[in-house]
Amino acid sequence: MFTGKNSAADESQVKLTVTAKSMVSNDVVALTLAHPDGRRLPDWTPGSHVDVVLPSGISRQYSLCGDRWDAHSYRIAVLHEREGRGGSAYIHEELAEGTLVALGGPRNNFRLVPSEKYLFIAGGIGITPMLPMIQQADILGADWKLLYLGRSRSTMAFLDEVSAYGDRVSVMPKDESGPYQLKDFIGDAAADTKVYVCGPQRLLTAVEHHCAGWPVGLLRLEHFAAKTQGSPARDTAFEVALARAGLSVTVSPEVSILDALQNAGVNVLTSCREGTCGTCEVTVLAGEPDHRDSILDDADRAAGHCMFPCVSRSCSDRLVLDL
Amino acid sequence: MTVQTSIFNTPVSDVDPFSFDVLEDPLPFQADLRAAGPVVYLAKHDVYAMGRFNEVQAALSDWQTFQSAAGVGLSNFRYEKPWRPPSLLLEADPPHHDAPRAILTKILGPREIRTLGESWAEDAEELVDDLLARGTEFDAVTDLAAAFPLRVFPDAVGIPQAGRENLLPYGDHAFNAFGPPNELVAKGALRVAELSASIAAQCARDVLTPDGFGAQIWAAADRGDITEAQAPLIVRSLLTAGVDTTVNGLAAVLYAFATNPDQWARLRENPDLSRTAFDEAVRFESPVQTFFRTTTHDIEVGGTLIPEGKKILMFLGSANRDPERWDNPDAFDLGRDPSGHVGFGFGIHQCVGQHIARLEASTILNALAKRIVTIEISGPTRRHHNNTLRAWESLPVRVELA
Repeated sequence: MFTGKNSAADESQVKLTVTAKSMVSNDVVALTLAHPDGRRLPDWTPGSHVDVVLPSGISRQYSLCGDRWDAHSYRIAVLHEREGRGGSAYIHEELAEGTLVALGGPRNNFRLVPSEKYLFIAGGIGITPMLPMIQQADILGADWKLLYLGRSRSTMAFLDEVSAYGDRVSVMPKDESGPYQLKDFIGDAAADTKVYVCGPQRLLTAVEHHCAGWPVGLLRLEHFAAKTQGSPARDTAFEVALARAGLSVTVSPEVSILDALQNAGVNVLTSCREGTCGTCEVTVLAGEPDHRDSILDDADRAAGHCMFPCVSRSCSDRLVLDL
Repeated sequence: MTVQTSIFNTPVSDVDPFSFDVLEDPLPFQADLRAAGPVVYLAKHDVYAMGRFNEVQAALSDWQTFQSAAGVGLSNFRYEKPWRPPSLLLEADPPHHDAPRAILTKILGPREIRTLGESWAEDAEELVDDLLARGTEFDAVTDLAAAFPLRVFPDAVGIPQAGRENLLPYGDHAFNAFGPPNELVAKGALRVAELSASIAAQCARDVLTPDGFGAQIWAAADRGDITEAQAPLIVRSLLTAGVDTTVNGLAAVLYAFATNPDQWARLRENPDLSRTAFDEAVRFESPVQTFFRTTTHDIEVGGTLIPEGKKILMFLGSANRDPERWDNPDAFDLGRDPSGHVGFGFGIHQCVGQHIARLEASTILNALAKRIVTIEISGPTRRHHNNTLRAWESLPVRVELA
């Protein structure tokens, strides 16, 4: 739990320990992450992802696929992308149990909205956000189905977990079932069904094509490929200049901007200290923030002239804030 | 005596925290509560109580263990029928809580409401000018703390004029109803059907203005982010939780300044302190004093085993005065960093309207600071008793104009 008046300095950069690592298919590894002090982790909702900061400073986004009722651990699953840029290779080959890894978020751009009926479609590693979603749909007593597509069973993660739901789940490995026909599953989904899709781009494109002209809000997609706009977090100190106060503060990697400001005698009103409430919002006059909050969506970030200094940091050497 | 089970280790109090004396001045009871231990059994209501900051904050964070869906009052919804359809925010747990919370977080977010700031500043200046034109003695509760939120907030939600007079009585009853069925609840129950119907009528799509928070809630239903059935209840949450709370928050900050003239001088020197001042007043007075939770499983807290299904009374006001957490907690001090107080709650249920409250407070404080050099109490003050709220009925003040 993030409590007490002296704990603030510890909360800025969430570094979690890899407490378990195991292969969950031929090329997917699942990681369990926990706070080294056993604290609660920030709350999340199905569809949320976290930013995993790699040693290179590059971050990669992975859906949380564990149980939100367990406040003390996160689970992510990572596909070994052999033609990727090295992020998944690092996680598969080098990141060992017991290692610390820096995390941003969680954020949610893929929220599960209320519905009496859901159709979930997962392609390959796109199963990850669906696991908490189907758990939740089940708790809510919704009428739901999951179509899980993949190349072959040996490549498809979490088959044991999804098969526990019985005939709500259709597992369709291509080498057994042949090419899938979307219309057999989606058809003309009734207006009371929300369709959630996550997987490779060709699946998303096919579904979008099939559902063209549907009323707004029924079809909800997540582009699972690592986001190109994912902000590189830095592991080095940066400078924060306060335009109104005429001060400049150096923020070292171990402290948050907020704490660096407070140490310099500049108080910024905060509340949650985990990037969820928005109380500490400040206007950014110059520089490029490394947004690590759960408030701004991608559009906000692109437009972003504000930031939340309790968790967010800097990509650039210098930030100028309206303080 | 040999202690066999943890219940015998747990301090027991026979005090009724909803009695007249405690509502009149809760501070001595809260000090006793904190001194007694991290968890105290309140025999009168068969509930457990937490009064220390660390336990209160931890319990507020741990929604998995301390649930809200069984009601955040004394009444346990597992066995007792709620007096109204439960709130989709306050009286809900994940996953049901997620969607209503997500849309309100967006609609009431700091950036979304920033545009209200300018028009509210004009409203505040007009209200203050009109008030001071009538004289330099007035009632800080009725003339300011109640007048300003009632002037700006219903318009921001977009509800019709008719029925606005019912907002405060409805809120007063809703906050009383979290307590035991005492005379405060009985008094409100006489009008509950009429008030509930009036509030419900203001939540309908077709009565709301096209640009307010209410219309934005209905627009979220159109996008499918919430259901149509949820929309009016989410509007109701704004009307229940957004009026009495801010009225008493403003009254708290005005009272704090009227009794701490040096702090008023400090605000006038540095108007940027208005936001800090309001949060410090929310810490200091804690307009929302208490909320209950219900345990979802047996849990040990501070040496006490609280059984599953028990009601826990969390004293936000006491946590905000805990000397283990706050230096000199009984001082209203603009030099303090009040960040982290639990006056708005904490965790997934933390007040979603807190930015509205801060904006209301900073605009009215800024308007006052421009016109008033000093503010002091000019007559007998009177508390308003409510089972949940720490409230004022009357605060006569005298001001000196700049």
